Amino acid sequence: MEQFAPVKRSEDGQPVRYLIVDDSVFARKNLARMVESFGGQVAGEAGDGVTAISEYDRVTPDIVLMDITMPQMEGIEAAEKIVREHPDARIVMVSSVGYQENIVAALQRGARHFVQKPVKPEVRYEVIKYVMKDDGAAARTAGAGA
Amino acid sequence: MRMELIQPFINSADAVLAQGLQSPLSVENLSMEEEAYRRHGVAAEICLTGDIEGRIIFDLEPEVAVKVASCMAGEELPQTEDLVRETVCELANQVIGNAVTTLNDQGFHFRVHPPHLHTSEHGTKSSEDTEALVMCFKTASGTVFMNVALRYHHSGVAQHAVAG
Repeated sequence: MEQFAPVKRSEDGQPVRYLIVDDSVFARKNLARMVESFGGQVAGEAGDGVTAISEYDRVTPDIVLMDITMPQMEGIEAAEKIVREHPDARIVMVSSVGYQENIVAALQRGARHFVQKPVKPEVRYEVIKYVMKDDGAAARTAGAGA
Repeated sequence: MRMELIQPFINSADAVLAQGLQSPLSVENLSMEEEAYRRHGVAAEICLTGDIEGRIIFDLEPEVAVKVASCMAGEELPQTEDLVRETVCELANQVIGNAVTTLNDQGFHFRVHPPHLHTSEHGTKSSEDTEALVMCFKTASGTVFMNVALRYHHSGVAQHAVAG
């Protein structure tokens, strides 16, 4: 697997802690491998939106990688509920369904970024670096103005 | 079934499989299926509801699934039943998700349901309304089948015609 310079938390230089949300075990395993190749730690996993919300409260990750099409509660609704409780939450939607309405809905409800599967590791790496640098001010301003 | 519905699935399967296997592939044996669907390897089914309704079955030989999984993971993975099933579902998810993205951007609106394993040897027989197109993709690692049975939902077609 390709090697990347570790992405660290800017405040204390510690590894970034991830919550991985996808109903596919295979996708979660691949994301976990990718997270480790970026020098991060998997703080928690969830297979649906409801579990994602409780896992977020439990592990308070630095970043969430969130699928959209899932049983029980879809990713966009889960992202909205998480951001409502935790306005600084960094959520990146990772979905194969990347049409414009979905992207706009996800960003309007608080996701910081959207990547469409299949996505190359170097693209994910750049997105995660970008989102970790983002303090959320721009996203909150945009949300307030919407 | 009109080609405008099918082409996004062919393009998407071509792109996702080529990236997953990191090698080119070819489309062969494009045919309409009159008899009930017959499973070849390990298959996942995804249903769509909305302006376009129906189902897509994505069917792989286990060896192809393991090759794709290994390419995606960046390391050789052992062939297990779980790995094969999970890979087939995830590939179906990616292929259909990308095709649906194209169709949605053309003005069709629908909901994609999560993939589930298609375990029976045969599927339901296609009807005039839901005739199925079978595509066979030849890859360096083996054969991949995609069986698409979709139809326009009548109110959705009307809206699309007005919009388009």
